[in-house]
Amino acid sequence: MTAQPTIKPSTGAQFSRIHGVGGYRPVRVIPNSEVLNWIESSDEWIRTRSGITERRWAGPEETVAEMSVQAASKAIAMAGIAPEQVGGVIVATVSHLKQTPAIATEIAQRLGCGTAPAFDISAACAGFGYGLSLADGMVRGGSAEYVVVIGVERLSDLTDIHDRSTAFIFGDGAGAAVVGPSDTPGIGKVVWGSDGSQADVISQTAAWDTAFAKPDAVNGAGEETKWPALRMEGQTVFRWAVWDMAKAAQQALDAAGITADQLGAFIPHQANMRIIDAMIKALKLPESVPVARDIAETGNTSAASIPLAMERMLQSGEAKSGDLALIIGFGAGLVYAAAVVTLP
Amino acid sequence: MATQDEVLSGLAEIVNEIAGIPAEDVELDKSFTDDLDVDSLSMVEVVVAAEERFDVKIPDDEVKNLKTVGDAVNYIIANS
Repeated sequence: MTAQPTIKPSTGAQFSRIHGVGGYRPVRVIPNSEVLNWIESSDEWIRTRSGITERRWAGPEETVAEMSVQAASKAIAMAGIAPEQVGGVIVATVSHLKQTPAIATEIAQRLGCGTAPAFDISAACAGFGYGLSLADGMVRGGSAEYVVVIGVERLSDLTDIHDRSTAFIFGDGAGAAVVGPSDTPGIGKVVWGSDGSQADVISQTAAWDTAFAKPDAVNGAGEETKWPALRMEGQTVFRWAVWDMAKAAQQALDAAGITADQLGAFIPHQANMRIIDAMIKALKLPESVPVARDIAETGNTSAASIPLAMERMLQSGEAKSGDLALIIGFGAGLVYAAAVVTLP
Repeated sequence: MATQDEVLSGLAEIVNEIAGIPAEDVELDKSFTDDLDVDSLSMVEVVVAAEERFDVKIPDDEVKNLKTVGDAVNYIIANS
């Protein structure tokens, strides 16, 4: 009898960390005054409800792929590695409107990442955290040395500019991070999850096939065919995002063995300034911890918001390399992901 | 069980803390949005604080029915 052959195990780095971060912000600035051309509202109302003063909307040349390549190139440069060393490209997005093939393969090719595995994931505003969790596992599991995680959105393509409750919220952009091996732990356990019982709370107004095959059912008989847009139940989302997510954020701190006063930055998904303020209270975050407030000038960019905010805090000096940051993403699904990370 | 006065004064404290409205202005016939300027998101904060203080569940579907301070006081008394 011959012995059962054993598979040689795949082994990776003992620890991982973020080596570089980069962002891309579209050129076109949309101030609140421009949004008021489409909805009955006021600058003051938008500011008090959301904290947003302006957002960026992508032009025709600023595609999902183009913004991703710009952001990821910066992250790779900051990491100080060659593109050929990248062994995986993960693109988190809900607004790349061509389903097949995944946009990640084109992005990997344009970045010069050779034949690295590349794929898209759909986890809305938790997309960056989901990607980070996968990348951390890939690096430590030995299936890649370095992984690029990109959060990218053109939410303006899915915005009903006449919907008073959402027209002012969304923005476009891309943020990317390079995850790779580390001598010390740089990414705490990602506390993540989903709640499909609340799938309807944030969603696209109609499936693409329904919108185009049965436009009358979606828009009313004889009405112009409209693109589906994003809609949400504000109060329900607010309650979940503040109190349930404060618990998830605390779990991420506990799992990492870090207390809030040890943080150098709190970088929540930039959904709404009111959510950020209420979450700080619910989390009892010490006033000494700097908080990302990129939403004021960027709007809600879903999967892109955390890396964009991270880049801004590092550039402005609000947070510095080596600081511990608590990140938490949450959104349509509902889905969420929180973790403590060492800033690059 | 809490009396109407107890619930009203507790709710007034909550509204004061969250929205900065003087507690004495929080009266039974006042509308949260029209009279007290409590917007929809502050209303959620008020509701969550009231749930904790009065040990009551106020589901999202119910929040929209709580137009006046009196509506909220009555709901809390009936369900706590």
